[in-house]
Amino acid sequence: MPAPATHALPRVSHWPAMLDLAQSLSGLLLALFMWFHMCFVSAILLSEDAAWIVARFFEGYFVFGRALPWLVSVFVALISSLLAVHALLALRKFPADWAQYRAIAAHSDRTRHGDTLLWLVQVATGFAMFFLAPVHLYTMMTRPELIGPFESADRVWSGFYWPLYLILLFMVEIHGGVGLYRLALKWGWLPARNTRDGRRRLALAKWALTAFFLILGLASLGAYMKLGHSHAPLAGEPYVPSWLRAEPAR
Amino acid sequence: MSRTLSISIFRHNPRDPASAPRMETHELAEAPGMTLFIALNRLRESVAPDLSFDFVCRAGVCGSCAMVINGRPGLACRTLTAALPERISLHPLPGFALIADLSVDTGTWMRELAERLETWVHLAAEPDLDLLEAPLSPGLAEEIHELDRCIECGCCIAACGTAQMRPGFVGAVGLNKIARFRLDPADSRDDADHYELIGNDQGIFGCMSLMGCEDLCPKELPLQAQLAWLRRGMARQGLRGIFDKKDKK
Ligand code: HEM
Ligand code: SF4
Ligand code: SF4
Ligand code: FES
Repeated sequence: MPAPATHALPRVSHWPAMLDLAQSLSGLLLALFMWFHMCFVSAILLSEDAAWIVARFFEGYFVFGRALPWLVSVFVALISSLLAVHALLALRKFPADWAQYRAIAAHSDRTRHGDTLLWLVQVATGFAMFFLAPVHLYTMMTRPELIGPFESADRVWSGFYWPLYLILLFMVEIHGGVGLYRLALKWGWLPARNTRDGRRRLALAKWALTAFFLILGLASLGAYMKLGHSHAPLAGEPYVPSWLRAEPAR
Repeated sequence: MSRTLSISIFRHNPRDPASAPRMETHELAEAPGMTLFIALNRLRESVAPDLSFDFVCRAGVCGSCAMVINGRPGLACRTLTAALPERISLHPLPGFALIADLSVDTGTWMRELAERLETWVHLAAEPDLDLLEAPLSPGLAEEIHELDRCIECGCCIAACGTAQMRPGFVGAVGLNKIARFRLDPADSRDDADHYELIGNDQGIFGCMSLMGCEDLCPKELPLQAQLAWLRRGMARQGLRGIFDKKDKK
């Protein structure tokens, strides 16, 4: 009788490792992106012209000589996909049923343990971003040409987006800060030889960065609200940078 | 000034149909140098003769006296009442089968873990007893010994939010053991073998870095460092898995 055809089956799946890496990598990229994003947004604190330059820069204005807003749409689509991947992977970690929810809540309550509480904060802020982030991403993706000092200010004030941005700011900064802290612990990138010192320094750095970006974010949002308020009667009028404005009629 | 302690103890015997879970509070005069082990014995000698709790070594070596002390797991024999407020609450360790009152069965759990993770040295060949053992550098011996100090008390399981939520999770005690054998040159297993044991969400990738184990292990084992070390190694092994598969085709 001929020997049956056989082929070896894999002993284990490499997927758990891949998913864990993807979770961390997507979180890291998102957190770094959010920091750059905040720096760009805060251009409004310098001047309206600076905000205009940043907005046109991302539309390739200074490369192609004209604005190509779809470049922004493509980039937003990429960030949205990254967010989707990250959120999908994060779902694996959410308490999945009443028993699990009960177990982690009772556990956190009982032990009053700082880092466990921070994780619950991450779950809660992540959950909030499920709903809040898409609103922002959709507008940016579909109306990329409406990014600019007056255009954004009008959206923030007359379009009543500021409450969304205010909540998102806190959710992102807290979630990202805690996420980076846990990332460092998880993979063992500590700024000291022993865990205790390393963790203390990491926690300090985390709070300092979170505070810095919260203040920068609040200041930028405040500036947009103020501008949007004063520009409200002319809402919808696009911004023209100072050097392109026609000389006032003599 | 000596204090009067108010000790609330979880009471229940699941084998007694008449027993219902309840908290019992007793007053006890604090004595100098009193540990929870002494306090519990005093209560058992006086007001609560049927109180169940476990002790063997009274010196933080056997791991049998772990319980939840004011919400946090710890060894009763190593906990001075002077370090606690006047009101003390004691609960059995969560995550293990309750025997009665403060006594839980960590033994069965730890045995299942040991069988599941094969936490013993896997020798490449039968040792030749007439030959000298292969030498081990003092530094490495020290490192292995450091991890061997785990007393299987179960505090890291009670301290871990992941283990509390997901009972199949091997926890820091299990992962620390793999780290111990991964260090040991006498163990012939490589990372492909380790990955089979802990390369999943019940193993290293389930750990959410909540650090309860690191903060509450009564033996102060360097658990965060072991978990990160294993995570890096197992992630690398997982990546390797992709390429190996292509090789075999
Ligand atoms: C829909 C939105 C989001 C959800 C549902 C979400 C959810 C989560 C959850 C539950 C975790 C914990 C995962 C774990 O314990 O292993 C996590 C980790 C993390 N998140 Fe998010 N998140 C979202 C958006 C973001 C954003 C916008 C950022 C960037 C600021 C971010 C950065 C991070 C980082 C750096 C980590 C740590 C990664 C790790 O532990 O491997 N997340 N996220
Ligand atoms: S690692 Fe620490 S807490 Fe966990 S069982 Fe061992 S000694 Fe106990
Ligand atoms: S780091 Fe946290 S999740 Fe990981 S084993 Fe320790 S307590 Fe559990
Ligand atoms: S009685 Fe042995 S550790 Fe407490």
